[in-house]
Amino acid sequence: MTVVTLGDTRLHIDSEGFLTEYGEWTDELAGQLAAQLGIELTDEHWKAIRFLRTDYLSRGETATLRRVSTVAGIPIKQLFVLFPGKPAKKMAYVAGLPKPRGCV
Amino acid sequence: MTTTESMPLVVPDFGDHATVGRKLAIICSKGNLDMAYPGMILANAALGEGVETHLFFTFWGFDMITKSRMNDLKFTMLGNTATHLPQGLGGMPGMTAMATHQLKKQIQDIGVPDVPEFLEQIVASGGHLWACRMSAEMMHLDESDLYEEVEGIISAADFIEKTDGAQIIFI
Repeated sequence: MTVVTLGDTRLHIDSEGFLTEYGEWTDELAGQLAAQLGIELTDEHWKAIRFLRTDYLSRGETATLRRVSTVAGIPIKQLFVLFPGKPAKKMAYVAGLPKPRGCV
Repeated sequence: MTTTESMPLVVPDFGDHATVGRKLAIICSKGNLDMAYPGMILANAALGEGVETHLFFTFWGFDMITKSRMNDLKFTMLGNTATHLPQGLGGMPGMTAMATHQLKKQIQDIGVPDVPEFLEQIVASGGHLWACRMSAEMMHLDESDLYEEVEGIISAADFIEKTDGAQIIFI
């Protein structure tokens, strides 16, 4: 585990750069992490991020794309638009969670 | 690795550049329920990683995209020693239905969709579905018999052309 700084904030991250401490994440930080990926957060992004955060608390693991689409009701097609390329990993990164480990 | 000194933020390498231009071609030639899943799971995973993915359905794999059959793929114990049950049992009346029911339940229990819904998810993720021309002709089927999201009935040569430079998986 590595400690990094973003402005005045100290963050714990894993070897790939995903945050490892659930409590270190803030709304403001999400905006900064998204900006690193060239994403500007809209209400639709926030709906996905809030779902991921809540779902992680209750299940202890990051939701897969399928879970975000079936449980949070955001169509998979839209998730690819919101977080282009690798939506599951990018969403998890912005939400300050580990990348999902589920297959589907 | 643990460091005590702080360093600037590290952004994960999402490999957007690495996956641009990467292509995957998956040939689905089996119509058994258990053999339908590997191709769909790999396709889904590849699409989630930003890889352009094409699936080609041929021979028995045609059942996966044939409207009248895609909901009704079956699993049999016969010829499958991995069930670790006597082979004779698999041939008894009702055993295939029972094994199919059991496998469908196990798949559903872990939140993995059934075949039509899984294909729908693959298409929503940007995947391409192609039907084999020779199989269509052999089975006397045309586009009206196939799942709507299939983009076309094409020859093997067409598929090879469309997947120029792709990595190919045959199932």
